[in-house]
Amino acid sequence: MKLTLEIWRQKNAADGGHFDIFQLDDVTDDMSFLEMLDVLNDKLLRDKKDPVAFEHDCREGICGACSMVIDGQPHGPMQETTTCQLHMRKFKDGDTITIEPFRARAFPIIKDLVVDRSSFDRIIQSGGYISVNTGQAQDGNAIPIEKEQSQKAFDAATCIGCGACVAACPNGSAMLFTSAKVSHLALLPQGEVEHSKRVRNMVNQMDAEGFGMCSNTGACEVECPKGISLENIARMNRAYLGASVAAE
Amino acid sequence: MALNNKVPAGPLTEKWTNYRSKMNLVAPNNKRRLDVIVVGTGLAGASAASTLGELGYNVKCFCFHDSPRRAHSVAAQGGINAAKNYQNDGDSVYRLFYDTIKGGDYRSREANVHRLAEVSVNIIDQAVAQGVPFAREYGGLLANRSFGGVQVSRTFYARGQTGQQLLLGAYSSLSRQISTGNVEMHNRHEMLDIVKIDGIARGIITRNLLTGEIERHAAHAVVLATGGYGNVFYLSTNAMGSNVTAAWRAHKRGAYFANPCYTQIHPTCIPVSGHYQSKLTLMSESLRNDGRVWVPKRMEDVIAIREGKLSPVDIAEENRDYYLERRYPAFGNLVPRDVASRAAKVACDEGFGVNKAGLAVYLDFEAAIERYGKAEALSQGIANPNGEVKKLGTEVVAAKYGNLFDMYAKITGEDPYKTPMKIFPAVHYTMGGLWVDYNLETNVQGLFAVGEANFSDHGANRLGASALMQGLADGYFVLPYTIGQFLSTQIREPKISTDTPEFAEAEQNVKSTQEKLLAIQGNTPVEDFHRRLGLIVWEYCGMSRNAEGLKKGRKDIAALREEFWSDVFIPGTSSEFNPELDKATRVADLIELGELMMVDALDRNESCGGHFREEYKTEEGEAKRDDENYTYVSAWEHTGVGADPQLHKEELVFENVELKTRSYK
Repeated sequence: MKLTLEIWRQKNAADGGHFDIFQLDDVTDDMSFLEMLDVLNDKLLRDKKDPVAFEHDCREGICGACSMVIDGQPHGPMQETTTCQLHMRKFKDGDTITIEPFRARAFPIIKDLVVDRSSFDRIIQSGGYISVNTGQAQDGNAIPIEKEQSQKAFDAATCIGCGACVAACPNGSAMLFTSAKVSHLALLPQGEVEHSKRVRNMVNQMDAEGFGMCSNTGACEVECPKGISLENIARMNRAYLGASVAAE
Repeated sequence: MALNNKVPAGPLTEKWTNYRSKMNLVAPNNKRRLDVIVVGTGLAGASAASTLGELGYNVKCFCFHDSPRRAHSVAAQGGINAAKNYQNDGDSVYRLFYDTIKGGDYRSREANVHRLAEVSVNIIDQAVAQGVPFAREYGGLLANRSFGGVQVSRTFYARGQTGQQLLLGAYSSLSRQISTGNVEMHNRHEMLDIVKIDGIARGIITRNLLTGEIERHAAHAVVLATGGYGNVFYLSTNAMGSNVTAAWRAHKRGAYFANPCYTQIHPTCIPVSGHYQSKLTLMSESLRNDGRVWVPKRMEDVIAIREGKLSPVDIAEENRDYYLERRYPAFGNLVPRDVASRAAKVACDEGFGVNKAGLAVYLDFEAAIERYGKAEALSQGIANPNGEVKKLGTEVVAAKYGNLFDMYAKITGEDPYKTPMKIFPAVHYTMGGLWVDYNLETNVQGLFAVGEANFSDHGANRLGASALMQGLADGYFVLPYTIGQFLSTQIREPKISTDTPEFAEAEQNVKSTQEKLLAIQGNTPVEDFHRRLGLIVWEYCGMSRNAEGLKKGRKDIAALREEFWSDVFIPGTSSEFNPELDKATRVADLIELGELMMVDALDRNESCGGHFREEYKTEEGEAKRDDENYTYVSAWEHTGVGADPQLHKEELVFENVELKTRSYK
């Protein structure tokens, strides 16, 4: 198939940025979206031009590195699918595809489609863990956990930290990301001990990083490639309120 | 130099306990004065860095990703082994030890493997305490499943995302240590050289991938946790960024590289679809618990399938060759990976491959859907379930493997619930790596290697669900002790300065290599060379090898190296964000490694595990070892690019296990 690509180019955070337009003639159904970009970059390099910078690594939908907005949607048009798992059979001959970086105040642009998501790491560092040192653990079967409860914790824990939720949100809020980690640990007995402190610290860090407020648009849930549920945000809000009251 | 593996004396089952009880310790006040560098943040690196931080050392940790959480351990699907015997099915530390030694085709070190089996149980406890949401039974206790090469259920799992969950556990521990200041984290930094002072590893040179700045970092000891080298094949299940550079630079500074020819070809991956293909996707080994592998018996069916005139579901049972069940009745579809991969190759070499390229076999869930459906109907009390069985069975299979089936459907556009999956072997893991002794220390003093980066405990073939086990065993429960043996001798050593001639030389080495690469300004992109390297290594050092091919392969790679250094095109400069430059550095090292793999495979005149030499096989076509002449670890010393490396042998001594022909029949 033949495609027209409108791709955001930006040298660095200080640069204003603009769209470049490219034509690709030999795209096939079985290519992944990133392989399509590989083909484009191969052409650019053979013409001694600067290739489009984009982040990627595992290319199997789990590392969370790939991050781009395709035709207005983070990770493109397929539900619960990362960009690397999106295949070109989803598009048709003659399509024009617009490709932009994840845009948010807390994700400064590094180059083209590459953004800085280190704010996510700092949110986890503020409390997204259980304080247990190596060697302190009791037997794994000492704490039985109800199967359904464990599955719920797992569902929240499958967040890949890609930042699509932030890019989808009109306010650039990181509530879905933060609440997924809060919920994962809150749903397990091991995580209960530090629960109040954790939720306060993580929410405060999230605010300090410049992420926006949540106004319940639900866009984050729609665009999340791992189907992380909005329920997590509700759970975190309740917990945060409870923890704040208890702290005073 | 003679290789001293430093395995302690005494009975196998007591070695680790006794050694640990008597080893030198570093007092807390001294730990605070000692600096340790950890490169890599996968399971081995993150667990090592966080545990060393907890112990009180000053840790500096490095990764080339934007976040430690993206290391490729995250992609491991199936599970992690541990000798818990929670299933009461006869498992034990000894059995896990024995299975691993046998699975590795008797080419691993007994003492290391036994220690691995011993600490495996602690890993599960640790992960549960961190909040890793393993699969559970209705009673709330941990669930298990089976993997290839074993007859017990000892694999713990978190749906198809076990690696992700374990990595996030290690990452959370690491994050906690970063927040307390015990670990100083450097994201987007790539290690490009190691610095030795008076023969001891004292630091590294890194490139800040955002700014291009070349930095010096010093420490009392350096730990490499930088993963395997499967990307030498270009197409593999590794991530695009996975590379050998850190290990290779250490090798060029004197660390021996062991058993590079031992590479694991995983039997169940999604086949290649076209020339643009950038990576291959694994379908977890856990699928072989329920999936049956087959090809058509009749050539006319194969041809009709390739032409799109026949669907595999229309082929009658008697016209299907379930070749694994036929050839290996004792283990059936759950034979180890090397055996399953070679069997698929044999089927395709004979012309029975079922996709257009003739390079695919079926992995079929019809029987499992039927079996689960009937069981489910029975438990739900449905009297006449005929119409319901398929639906109920599909639901059970979806609950077990849903995410894998979805992934398959996204990539291929086909529905694996309705037609069997098409699969083919792909490069997945590398058993070879930096040579280490019992302390996980390389032959360079103060330089340690953990996880897939070392030549490890898997011998010539790794069993499923053992990579996660080894990475975490090394990082949580082995290295934090054994590094003390070395560091206890360093307590009088003041802070290591980066202002030394050795650091200056290493920094200059890195800078001049980069400038040399950028100055070429040839016509061919880096990726092009990488693809061609992959084709050569796959052709001559892939699923099967022979002497003639290996000689040719080495020549071809040498020619490719020449071409690379005269025709590669890299845009931009070294003092900016430049992914093409980063890639070129990695590919240059992979090319050199490819040559070493050919040399190693040619030296080993036997077949064992993942190393199958066509000249050495039984009448039935199985791997034929030569225990008399090749029961050794090949540790190679670098003597210059393109020059013949020097072989050092570590003889493997088996005191507890009798060397047998590995049989899964």
